[in-house]
Amino acid sequence: MDELLKLLQKNACAAHADIAKQLGLSLAEVERKIADYEQRGVIRGYQAVLNEDALNLDTVTAVIEVKVTPERGGGFNRIADRLSRFPEVRSAYLMSGAYDLLLFVEGHNLRAVAAFVSEKLSTIDGVVSTSTHFMLKTYKRLGVLMEPTHEDERLTISP
Amino acid sequence: MKTNGSPSLRDRLALPVRDIPRSGIRDFFDIVSTMRDVISLGIGEPDFDTPWHVRESTVFAIERGATHYTSNLGYLELRQALVGYVSKKYAVQYDPATEVLVTVGVSEALDLALRAILNPGDEVLYHEPCYVSYRAVILFAHGVPRAIETRAADGFRLTRAMLEAQVTPRTKVLMLNFPNNPTGAVMNRQDLEEIAAFARERDLLVITDEIYAELTYDHAHTSIASLPDMRDRTLFLHGFSKAWAMTGYRLGYACGPAEWIDAMMKIHQYTMLCASSLGQKAAIEALAKPDDDIRTMVDEYRRRRNFLVASFQELGLECSRPAGAFYAFPNIAKFGLKAKDFALRLLEEERVAVVPGTAFGACGEGFVRCAYATNLDQIKEAMQRLQRFLKRLG
Repeated sequence: MDELLKLLQKNACAAHADIAKQLGLSLAEVERKIADYEQRGVIRGYQAVLNEDALNLDTVTAVIEVKVTPERGGGFNRIADRLSRFPEVRSAYLMSGAYDLLLFVEGHNLRAVAAFVSEKLSTIDGVVSTSTHFMLKTYKRLGVLMEPTHEDERLTISP
Repeated sequence: MKTNGSPSLRDRLALPVRDIPRSGIRDFFDIVSTMRDVISLGIGEPDFDTPWHVRESTVFAIERGATHYTSNLGYLELRQALVGYVSKKYAVQYDPATEVLVTVGVSEALDLALRAILNPGDEVLYHEPCYVSYRAVILFAHGVPRAIETRAADGFRLTRAMLEAQVTPRTKVLMLNFPNNPTGAVMNRQDLEEIAAFARERDLLVITDEIYAELTYDHAHTSIASLPDMRDRTLFLHGFSKAWAMTGYRLGYACGPAEWIDAMMKIHQYTMLCASSLGQKAAIEALAKPDDDIRTMVDEYRRRRNFLVASFQELGLECSRPAGAFYAFPNIAKFGLKAKDFALRLLEEERVAVVPGTAFGACGEGFVRCAYATNLDQIKEAMQRLQRFLKRLG
């Protein structure tokens, strides 16, 4: 992967001038490359990585395993696309193994998620069965640990 | 303490020990450690955590009870893994049974190497600026240190002409350290070939401290031990502190001719017995998939190096482009301060710690060492403070 993308993935807020200095590129080159990635849809957006547990939000997240019947011609894509368009669905993946689609669904409370599953998700043509698991606590998300890491224990000067 | 006319304890200390000053770095550390909010570019160890799989395997080693003495040479399994790694990475082959010794860091290996080979009065050539311990360990081993000054104009590389100017009939050993602490200098294959030719002609033994071998940013590292007819006169020293961020494990090793290793082992078995069993188990794990761990760190160091060198350029600081280790060694002479005064004032006025070049030998005057084993935000802030400081100096 392009080193520029690695840096943005680690910190999308980094000043482009600093990125340029690290990669030995000019500022104009960095901005042109980023614009190009954005235009090509490689970069889909920029988000803060939140420790939602620390915010006491009234939301719950469920991980839902979904078995579906693939369609002739479209496979899983059309049904996955339909499911993904629900705003409750935060992430959706096609999986190998015992089920087909894995959804991360967010709702205000357990009942709201249950309602989404029984009224929306299960009633869609092609959905065979679902299995819902509620998330209890987040330890790590998108490669970021949610608890503050320990302080630098190194001596301030060493040979 | 003086009692009844008997000599003071200081006068009774062993002379080579008494007469060696404390490391200049130590003095500086004592000052820095009293201050708050310091950004330190003075740390000679990685800011990365030891890779998790290595730490986790250490816990497992404790659970499994790997808490006993090991073979004096180190676990055979580790020595086998080491020769495999060295052969693959640096193209030198060693016999794990007789040509490898696992030590408590490269520091112990260096001490053993010199004690095993030097008779009183034997001369050792080494290049300065260099790691703070070299001169001292040569003296502790009753050798005669002969420093060779390397210069910024040569990119702090060693040349044959420099060696010729210092060699005498009593010269027995040539010590090398590339990639170099504190300058970040590296020696490519061609550079090393003329040094190797000189060592062969003068029949010198070579001790090469290659602790930073993995940390090169422009070209892959070449070991002098891999050059023709060098293996049998060279002791290759390496360890896990830098590339794997395992400084506290204190694990190093020496590879070389069996007679030399055996002599070192004699001292090691009577003074140290063996390196830590847990460190050795961790090292076995570290060698299981070395490239994944190291690549991420090297990429990060390279970006910081680029950032630091570009910043120095903007500030008008001359700096030989470092190509290895994690140090830059800019020239501060034009500001009219001695290296030590520059470092002290930078610390007091802007709370940025760098190490005066003189800690690494007299020829380090006019330079300071800036380590980039610190995250980019800190480096960036340090550069802003440095800019303010330099502006005031004019």
